[in-house]
Formats: sequence, structure tokens, C-alpha cells
Amino acid sequence: MTRHEPRLDTSPRVSDEVRRTTCYMCACRCGINVHLKSGKVSYIEGNRDHPVNKGVLCAKGSSGIMQVTAPSRLRKPLRRVGPRGSGAFEEISWDEALGIATRWLAPLRATAPEKFAFFTGRDQSQSFTSFWAQAFGTPNYAAHGGFCSVNMAAAGIYTMGGAFWEFGQPDWDRTRLFVLFGVAEDHDSNPIKMGIGKIKARGGRVIGVNPIRTGYNAVADDWIGITPGTDGLLILALIHELLKAGKVDVDYLARWTNAACLIDETEGEEKGLLLRDDLGKPLVIDRRTGDAVPYDTAGVRPDLAATHRGCRTVFQHMAERYLGPDYAPEAVAARCGVSATRIRALAAEIADVAFNQTIAIEQPWTDFRGETHERMLGRPVSFHAMRGISAHSNGFQTARALHVLQILLGTVEVPGGFRFKPPYPKPAHAHPTPHSYFMPGRPLDGPHLGFPQGPEHLALKLDDLSPARIDRGFTWENPLSAHGLMHMVIPNAVAGDPYRIDTLMLYMANMSWNSSMNTGQVMEMLTRKDGNGDYMIPRIIYSDAYASEMVAYADLVLPDTTYLERHDCISLLDRPICEADHAADAIRWPVVEPDRDVRGFQSVLVDLGGRLGLPGFVTDDGRPKYRDYADYIVNHQRRPGVGPLFGFRGHGKEVGRGAPNPNQINAYIANGGFYAAEVPEGAKFFKPWNRAYQDWAVSMGFYDTPQPYLFQIYCEPMRRFQLAAEGFHERQPPDFLRERIKATMDPLPIWYEPFGEAAGEAFPLHALTQRPMAMYHSWGSQNAWLRQIHGVNPLYVPTKVWQAQGFRDGDWARLSSQNGAIVVPVAHMAALNEDTVWTWNAIGKRKGAWALSPDAPEATKGFLLNHLISELLPERGDGHRWSNSDPVTGQAAWFDLRVRIEKVPPPDEAQPAYPPIPSPVPPAKGNRP
Amino acid sequence: MTALPPPSDKKLGLVIDLDTCVGCHACVTACKGWNDQGYGAPLSDQDAWGAEPSGTFLNRVHSYEVTPEAGPAQIVHFPKSCLHCENAPCVTVCPTGASYKRAEDGIVLVNESACIGCGLCAWACPYGARELDQAAGVMKKCTLCVDRIYNENLPEIDRTPACVRTCPAGARHFGDLGDPESAVSLLVAERGGIELMPEQGTKPVNRYLPPRRKDRLEETAPLAPLLDIQASGFAGWLDRLLDRI
Repeated sequence: MTRHEPRLDTSPRVSDEVRRTTCYMCACRCGINVHLKSGKVSYIEGNRDHPVNKGVLCAKGSSGIMQVTAPSRLRKPLRRVGPRGSGAFEEISWDEALGIATRWLAPLRATAPEKFAFFTGRDQSQSFTSFWAQAFGTPNYAAHGGFCSVNMAAAGIYTMGGAFWEFGQPDWDRTRLFVLFGVAEDHDSNPIKMGIGKIKARGGRVIGVNPIRTGYNAVADDWIGITPGTDGLLILALIHELLKAGKVDVDYLARWTNAACLIDETEGEEKGLLLRDDLGKPLVIDRRTGDAVPYDTAGVRPDLAATHRGCRTVFQHMAERYLGPDYAPEAVAARCGVSATRIRALAAEIADVAFNQTIAIEQPWTDFRGETHERMLGRPVSFHAMRGISAHSNGFQTARALHVLQILLGTVEVPGGFRFKPPYPKPAHAHPTPHSYFMPGRPLDGPHLGFPQGPEHLALKLDDLSPARIDRGFTWENPLSAHGLMHMVIPNAVAGDPYRIDTLMLYMANMSWNSSMNTGQVMEMLTRKDGNGDYMIPRIIYSDAYASEMVAYADLVLPDTTYLERHDCISLLDRPICEADHAADAIRWPVVEPDRDVRGFQSVLVDLGGRLGLPGFVTDDGRPKYRDYADYIVNHQRRPGVGPLFGFRGHGKEVGRGAPNPNQINAYIANGGFYAAEVPEGAKFFKPWNRAYQDWAVSMGFYDTPQPYLFQIYCEPMRRFQLAAEGFHERQPPDFLRERIKATMDPLPIWYEPFGEAAGEAFPLHALTQRPMAMYHSWGSQNAWLRQIHGVNPLYVPTKVWQAQGFRDGDWARLSSQNGAIVVPVAHMAALNEDTVWTWNAIGKRKGAWALSPDAPEATKGFLLNHLISELLPERGDGHRWSNSDPVTGQAAWFDLRVRIEKVPPPDEAQPAYPPIPSPVPPAKGNRP
Repeated sequence: MTALPPPSDKKLGLVIDLDTCVGCHACVTACKGWNDQGYGAPLSDQDAWGAEPSGTFLNRVHSYEVTPEAGPAQIVHFPKSCLHCENAPCVTVCPTGASYKRAEDGIVLVNESACIGCGLCAWACPYGARELDQAAGVMKKCTLCVDRIYNENLPEIDRTPACVRTCPAGARHFGDLGDPESAVSLLVAERGGIELMPEQGTKPVNRYLPPRRKDRLEETAPLAPLLDIQASGFAGWLDRLLDRI
């Protein structure tokens, strides 16, 4: 036996340099340290100083080096030379590419700006892209929120001035019970993992409500494998139990919500609206005097039990509804797939933590009525939810129900509960309303997207009241479509309903593959021609960094950079990186220079804005105003003193408001790529009503005057749409939508069966997708490391179905819906709702895309569920195209899908199989390094 | 054949919390990224963009489904890397002395310049914790980031394995399991940390913290109603709720 220890250098040089920037492998936007050796990226780790990730980094972020060196990176602008979809391109110069784009767009702007539609996918520069589209003058702009989680976002804004993720988060340091609904291991990826770790480390409990027990639900102390689409019913049953037991925070409800406001019950055009004073302020009855006074009167003690001229409070209407037998646990148990015993136990545990385990921070604060409170009392139960409940046609109302549940517990903006992240809270009425008035050669009359307060804010043309937007956003079909309906753009444009367009520009949106419902038919739509032999969508411009499936369907391809080669700002004007204790924003900067002839898409838009003479992008004498996006980031002012970045303004010391600082980007780089301003101690909780917070928010530039408000348990704007459907508004819905508006725009949360249930007994199973954590939102699963972790996606089948079908390992199945069929590999999974099948989303790739070899498993065994989901509901024979979307917001109802499964002999590859598309980039070499 | 050193006082290793690991694979790729450019040969990938991609990883996460006798099925995420055994069979089996255990801190390493790629050590390891790099032809395994944990070019707080530094859920802990007062030893004592496959006699240093008991919700007693609403009516309920009776 020998033994020899070699001498080891345990202190090798780590790298030549560390450059700190912001990750872009998903929408989490963590801070990263990029190590460089000899000018090349050698290692990427999390930035410990960064407010979002505090040093940690997920599997995607840690694989970023494979994204920056991916063989699928586009190299040069491309012009289509063969039929659309054939993948035949020629490389052209940037001058030529920008010249073509200008020649296409300038005449449209001059004559019919609505014929240009600009939709972005996982864009993180929406305050900029929307500003550009507004300057162009088209009403047709939105990002991907309409097919992602607008239900969650909009329900949160309308109910309490913000929702989860970018708007707010559990108080991870204090919460003792965390209940997670329908989160598919995504949205706020690292902070949720960090938060669950913190809760578990101090012995708190995590409860997961999800049909699938993976990821966060796998570590949950209790798992409730609910039937898809019934979360709203479960939540309303919890509310029933809590009300019945008196476990609601009546003091909180009286002070901070519209529970004590009075609902007009006189017949007529005001019925169901809140009683208001002459200045329009909602009235409450003061318990001290019995008088009806404005809600913000100093010293008022709003009376939840008041009756005034026959009108009762919101609280009484609400309690009466939810105490009713329809919401008893027994009444909902079978439908939810959760026993009445478990529903009762869940309600009891929530109530115990909220009311028996209260916590307090000894911090005085003064509310908007002028009353000073000695301490901050907290109820340490918190919730988070995302796509699983929002991607249903009842998702808006379900998300509203969840927000109302939190409010009834008094656990919003208190220690241990849910906390807003600046610049939120911001109620719906403090946001813009939608704008859609367009004129040749003119900018749009205001921001495209917003929050309607009533039918007067719908995006209807002034002359014939037809939809102004190509996606039919903000119409009677989906009045509160705050993020637009990206999934309807291509089908509507091809159908010419509401009108035809000329040029469609898309950014980071894989609409001919995993980002569309009905993928096969969307590919056909993109290549469909009219009687003259012209494409139904005549021109398509696409920008992407990678050879995604969508590239083949573009006429002009503008190659974007990777995330380490670009300037970006993660702005407070948009979707910032704030935490509950910090306002924060961040930049990306070129930590390495591109080795290809590519340009950041935002810089390209700045260039095009100059060429097209768009207001805001040219000087008074018509010269281009900004050199590139970095120049815009530093010098653009949205309002005087308020620009894309809030740190290091003026001479470098000013925060929030201040003149443009030419050294701002360098200051951000020196600070680690971000800037964070701590919320003052006395302002950290009760933000919507806390004077200290409101004043600080004004000083930061979030708004120009304090905006205290009441939480909207009763959502009055929804009632205004119901009133219109009842005949009380000068704008009237079409008759065929009246009943639906009356039913679905209920101003108190309701549950109704998802529209997909109409598929009936022939399709007995639910089918869902989720992204794996190692690929959540990661743009391009061609990543050489990550594809070794998730290179195939079987259809996971629950035990009951597995046994009934006699499946064995290695089997395949045909999965059918009303829209079509796919043939896919199956795998058994017991930790799954017994009527649900599911798969990992967007693993499947088309042959030829992403520089993968055509026999890559992603292309032969990987598959998309998207083929089974139509963007339209089945024909009803009434001449209308009914969108497969939530009727309130237009959110794509991906998860309404019902299917049937049957065992089939294994095919050669997953079906449908599409012919390979020629790759616009050279094939990858086989091995690495 | 290669000899083991006498047992060291200092036993560096990992403590992995199976109750908290969400199976996100962050540790897998952070490890790959660091060690691709760190100790020894890079961690190669074969057919990286092709039909059968396979590469060298020093740490992998496996997911297992467990169906208890009562209650719903569970998923356990199980990260696995070298356990730095005291009786490391991979060392004693090595014909060249390339595999060795450090006398100073117990870390098991491969001296790549002496490794002939015979694969005996991988065969001997009962945990499957070693992988032969197909490009370099040498055996690769977890080094416990020996080029990080003592690295004076790194800030002290970063002198920890890449997998521990990156773990978003805080499910991975690094320290001296030979010191009963160390944070990791106290955590193991508190949570009943276990050795993996003790019957093998390998005496692994790493410990796993078992998942806590799950699905106990039904043990919670339901809430008592405020009063009998049937009898008192809605008005009675409202009065009671608002403390008016």
C-alpha cells in the first residue's frame, strides 16, 4: 500500500476581472458576478450585494456561459429569399436591414399607423418599447403578459394595488405559515427558494395547493392536490369557514378597506355603486356619531354593520354571500378534489397563525387620517400564487378571491404577511387608463395599456365603436385586458377581425412554437396567402438573439445580442427589481463585446426612431436624439427629473428625482450594476395608508402626490361594466355579450366553471404544463448543460389512469382534445391529482431550430401540449369567434384544457412531427470543450 | 493499491437538507461551471447539441417518488456527490495512488497526472459518485472545491464550495464534521442527520438531513363557529362578530 499527497495550489488565481451585471436567463433578474479570463467569460456566480438574490444563483444563471457561447446565436441581419417558413435567408448589412425596416414602416406611420403591430415577448424594457410604439402612433402594442399572468397582476392591482412577484412578496423574515397556490416552480424564482429556505430554517410551515407535487410543492409540509380550475372555490370555502368562526380582522377591514363603504341599492343607473359625497369620496357611517362621512375623515370609526337609507355596507353583502351554503366545505369538496375535513383544517391553521400567533414591531406610524399607531401589529400568514390559478378562464375572479382572503385576514402590508415592493402599492385608479386613439403621422394619445374604470375607457374606435386594437384588448369581450392579448394577434390579423394589418414586429416571442396556442395552425396562418398571392400578414420583422423556431417565419430578422453583450435597464418605470425594504433598479452592460454582427434590439429601435422621425427620438431640428439605448437610458426623462434609472441622478448624489447624469451608467457599474434605496424604518409596513411611506414615495418620484386609498374588496369598476350590460351606460355592449358580462364582472369574487369544462365527459382529464426550475423562462433550452438535465418531457400520468390504461414504462399514448391529438411518451407519477396529466413545457423543439441536430431528443421525443389548445373556443354556430381567454382580462386560458388519453404503439417520434427547418446558423460542433 | 491516512481530526464535508432541497439543480450547474475552469481537466460534454448529450458532472440531483402507507405520494430531491468517506474504497482500490484522501482535512481527491483512467475507483464507490471524463480520460469527482475553500484570492465569505454558495434554498451546508461544536455538527445533531448507506462501512463524512413528517394537516382541529347562525340569523352573527352583544 502506498500513499502520496501531491502538493496542491489551494489559492489559484480565480480570474483576471469580475464584472457585475444583471442576469437575463429569466425574469427574476438576479445580480451576477461575471468572471473573465483573457477577455472571455470564465465563470458566473451570484452577486452577494444584490437585493434580489443576495449571492445565490439558480441552475440557469449558473449555466449562463453556455448561453453566451451557444452555437444557436444569430450572426448577422437576415432577409427572407424563399417562401416564408422555408428558412431561406440571405445575410445583409445593418444599413440594408434598417433601410428596409424604414421603407416598410414610414409609409404606414404616415397613412395608417394601426397597420403596424408591435408585440414583445419576454421583453424587460417595456417602458421603452411601449414609449416607442406610442411615438409611432399605433394602438397595437403589448407584451406577453396576456398569455402569462395578467389575471394575477390585474386582480391584484384592482383589489389592493399590486399582486405577487414584482409587486410584492411574503414577509419572508417573519411569516410562519406560507400557502402557495398554483406556482409552477416559476415567477420570483430565487426569492421563493430563499424564502422557503428561511421559513423552514425557523420551523415555519409551507402548504402547497397544486395538482402536481413537484418543486416547491415537493418540500411543502402539506400538499393539497387540487383539481385544476377549482382554486377559487376552495378559497371561497376558506372564507366561508373564517367568517363563520368570526376569524376575520374587523378592525383592519373597517380602517383600510372598502368593507365599511355603502352600496347604493336604489334601482337605476347607480345601483351597486358606492355612495359618495359631492366630491366623489366614498361614504362610511362613523360609529361615534352615526353620521355618513367621507372615508378619510379624521378620527372616523367606520361601521361595518351600518345601514344608511336602506343601503348596507360592502361587508354585509360580502358576508351574506360567502356564509351561504354554496361555499360550505361539503358543498365544494368533491369538485375541488379536497375533503371537507382538509378544507376545515386548512382554514383552522390559517386562523390560528393569523389570530393566535400575532407579532408586533415596536415602531410608531401615522396613517393618512392623521392617527398615530404605537406599534405595527402583524399576522404572520402569507400567500403566493401565480400561473396555476391565473391561466384559467376564471382566473381573474380566482385571483381576486385570494387577494380578498388575505385582506379578510388582515395580513396585507403587515409584519409577517404580504408586503408590497416599491413603487407598489399603486391602486388601479392611480395607473393610466388605456389609450388607443390613432391618427396618421401622429403619436398615440397616451400609453397603450392601463386599467379601465368603466366602459368609457374601453379601446373602441370613436366612430363605429369597433375594437381599436388588433388583439381586441379592452373591448366588451375582455374589458380589463391590462396586458393585451398577444395570443390573439396572429389569428385576428389573419382573420381580418377586427381588421387587416401590414407589418407585424415581434421581439423575443416564439409565436410559431411554444408561445402560441394552436402551434400548428399558427404556422399555417403565418404562411397563409390571400387571393392575390400575398401573405395575409404581409410583412413580419423579428428580433431574437437565437435561431428560434420563429426566425423561419420572419421576412426580416434583426439579430439581438446575448444578455452579457448589451445595455438594458430594469427600471422603476417598468418592472423593477425592488424588494419590500428597498426600491431598486439595475442595468445590464456589455461585459463582453459581441463577436458577431449583432445589435441590441433596443439600440436598433433608437436608431429606427431617429430614421422615422418619431417624437421623443429626434431633436427639434429632426436629428436623431440618442446615440443608442445607453444614451436613452441616461438622458430620457419621462417626467421632469424622472428617468429610466433612479439612482445617481443629477451630480451623482440625487435619488429618485434629478437631472440626467452623464456618468450614471458608470456609477451603476461601480455600484455592482444596481442601485437600492432603503425604505425608511417607519415606512416599511402599512404602505398604502402610511404617511411616512407616501411622502417617501413622492420624494422617489413614484407618484407626484400622496396616493392613500382603501383596498377594494368590492371592485366598483367591474360593477360599472355590469351596469352597462343592464342598459345603464351610453356605451352599450353587443347583445350577445350582455349575459356574460353580467355574470363574470361580479364586483365581489365569484367562482364559475372554467369554459374548458364544456368539452364534457369525452375529455375526462385535465392537462397542464409547467417549466422545470432549471429552465423556467430560460430563453433557449439549447443550453448544453441544462439540456442534459431536462432533454425530454414525458407526459406524466397519475396512478388511476396509468392502471386503467395498462401503461408500462416506455409506452406511448395519444392525447386528444377538441382541437387535435398528439402522440407522446408517458411516465407514471403518483404525486399527482388523479384526474390530471402534465408535462414540462417548451422542452420540445422543432427540428432544425436552436442549432440542435435534427435527431436531438427535444425534436424527436419532446412535444408541445400547445397543439391541443385552441386560441378560440369551439364554434357555437352564432357567427362569433369566442376567444379561449378569461372574459375579464383576456388572459389566455391555457390550463382549461381537457383531454382524453389512449395507449398506442410507439411511433418513430412524437406526433405531430414537422419537417425540419433549415438552420440560419452553422451546425454546432459535437463536443465541448 | 493506495493507503488511507490515519483518520483526521478535521473532517470537511457537506450537510444536505432533504427537507428543503427543491430540486432546482442550481448546485449541479454552479459546480459544473466552477470545476470546468478550476481543479484539473475541464468537465467535458459529448454530443452537446446532439442526440445523446452526456457530460461530466461532479454533483447531480436525483428525484425519487415515495408513496407512504398512508397519505399522498411524495417527491424527495436527492443531491449526490462524493461523500469523502473515512474508509474510502475508491482510494484503497486505486492502483496508482492517484486517488487519495488528504490527511489534513479528509478531502478525497484524484491526482489527475497519476490517474490512468482505469475506472476501478468508480466501480468501488457504492454511491456512484465518480465520473470518468470522456475527453480527458481521467476520473473526476467532487473536490469539495479545494481550490475555493482555502483560496486567499477569494473574500473569506466565498471560501466555500460553489454548490453551497449558490444554493438558493439554503439546503447545503459546508463545515467541519469532525468538530462536534461546528455549525454543521450542531445542525446534524438537531435534525437527526444521517449517514448514507452505513452498512457499507465506508464511514462517509457528508450527512443528509431527512425530510420532516409531511401531510399532517388533518390533525388540526376545525374552527368553532362564532355562534349558531341558523338560530341567530345574519344580524345576530354580525353583532357577535363586531362585539355588540
